[in-house]
Amino acid sequence: MQQIIYFLRKYRYFLLFVILELIALVFTIQSHSFHKSKFVNSATSITGGVYSQVSNINDFFTLKQENKVLSEENNRLKNKLNQYRQEDYISTVIDSLSILTKYNYTAAKIIKNDFRKVNNFITINKGSTSGLQSDMGVINTKGIIGIVKNVSNNYATVLSILNSYSKLNVRLKNSNYFGTLTWDGTDYNTVQLVDIPRQANLSIGDTIITGGRSAIFPEGIMVGVIQDFQFEGTKFNEINIRLFNDMSALGYVQIIENTQRKEQQLLEEQTTNE
Amino acid sequence: MNNNLFKILFQFIGLILLQVIVFDNVHLFGYVNPYIYIAWVLLYPLKSERGLFLFLSFLLGLCIDFFSNSGGINAASLLLIAYLRLPLLTSLLRKVDLDFLLFHVSSMPFVKLLTYISILVFSHHIVLFSLEYFSFSNIGIIVKHTFLSGIFTIVLLFISIQLFSPRK
Repeated sequence: MQQIIYFLRKYRYFLLFVILELIALVFTIQSHSFHKSKFVNSATSITGGVYSQVSNINDFFTLKQENKVLSEENNRLKNKLNQYRQEDYISTVIDSLSILTKYNYTAAKIIKNDFRKVNNFITINKGSTSGLQSDMGVINTKGIIGIVKNVSNNYATVLSILNSYSKLNVRLKNSNYFGTLTWDGTDYNTVQLVDIPRQANLSIGDTIITGGRSAIFPEGIMVGVIQDFQFEGTKFNEINIRLFNDMSALGYVQIIENTQRKEQQLLEEQTTNE
Repeated sequence: MNNNLFKILFQFIGLILLQVIVFDNVHLFGYVNPYIYIAWVLLYPLKSERGLFLFLSFLLGLCIDFFSNSGGINAASLLLIAYLRLPLLTSLLRKVDLDFLLFHVSSMPFVKLLTYISILVFSHHIVLFSLEYFSFSNIGIIVKHTFLSGIFTIVLLFISIQLFSPRK
C-alpha cells in the first residue's frame, strides 16, 4: 500500500498527463466519426456568440457584394415568376394544403466558415428555436453548401461539402446517372465525383446537380461543372467538379426542411426489414 | 499573487480570442496558419504548480477545439508540449541557469531560445496535423503542413517575444 502511494506521488504529473491526453484522444476519435454526436462543437452559446460578434463587424466589408448577390437572385426569381405566369402554371388548386409544402426554407447567416482544413465545418446563426434539426440540407443561391450537424438553441454547425466525411448523392443534369460527391482535401474550389457507372457519357463542362435520392436535398440544386476526368481501365478514375460556389466567400444561406422526410425514412426502413 | 492570477486569466482568454478571431483567418498561400496560442506554454510561470499548468493547458487546447470543431486535436498537442516543457528546459539549460522564480524566456541566449521554441512548435504541429488527417496515407501532406506552418509560428513567436518581453 505504501509503495502504491509512493508510486502515485512520484508519477502524479505523468499520470495526469496520460489521463488528459486520453480524454483528448477520445474527443478526436469521436470527431472523426460522423454518426456519433459530438461534444466538442462550435454550436455552443459562447463560441457562437463570439463568432456572431466578429461576423457583425466583417459584414460591413461585404455589404456591397452581398447586395449584388441578392439583386441577381431577385432578378432570376422575377424572370422565373414571369415564365410561370405565361405558362399559366399557377391555376386553381383544390387542396391548397397539399402544394408547396414538401420543402420549407429558413434563412440564416454564416458566422464562421472553414475551408482550409481537411474536415471543415461552418457555423450558422440559427438553431433549434428556429426549427433546425440535425441532417437538414444547407444551400445558397449558387448551390449546395452542406448538411446541418449539431444544433444548439441559437446556433448550428454545418458539415461542409469540404469535409472528407461528406458524401452526397448527385447526378448529371443531362442524364440520369447518379454518383457520390466527396472531397479529397486539397483545393476548396474543386470536389470529386465517384461511383459514376462507366457507361455514363461525360464531357468537360457538364453540369452536376443534386440527385434527390436522399431525403435531405430536393432534386436539381446546382453543384458545379465537370472540370476534368481520367478514364482508367474500365472505370472513371477521378472526376473533378468545379463548384459554382466560392466556398471561401459565403454569406447568407438557406436551410431546407423536408417535411416528408420522416415518412420516407420510415417507409424505407420497413422495406429493408421485411 | 492576485496580480499574477489576473495576468494568467488575461493571457488565457486573450490567446484564445487572438487565435480564433485573427490567426485562424490568415491562410498564407491558402493553408499555412500560425498557431500563436502556443505562447501560453512559453509565458506560463515556471515556478507554479505543475498539475494545474497541465490541466489549464488541456483546457486552453479544448477551448480552441470548441471554436474550430476539431474534436480534441489542439488539446492533445498543447498538453504534450506543456508536459515536455520542464524536461526540455532542464536539458537545454544547466541547472544553475534555471532560476525558477525569475525565469523568463527572453532571458535565454538566442540559440537556446531558438532550439527550445522550435522543438516545442514542431512537436506540437506534428501531433496536431497527424490527428487532424488521421491516416498514414497522408504522411506527405502532414509533414509539409507541419514544416510550413511551424516556420510561420516560430517566426511570429520570436517577434512577439522580442516585442513584449520586459526590458531589463
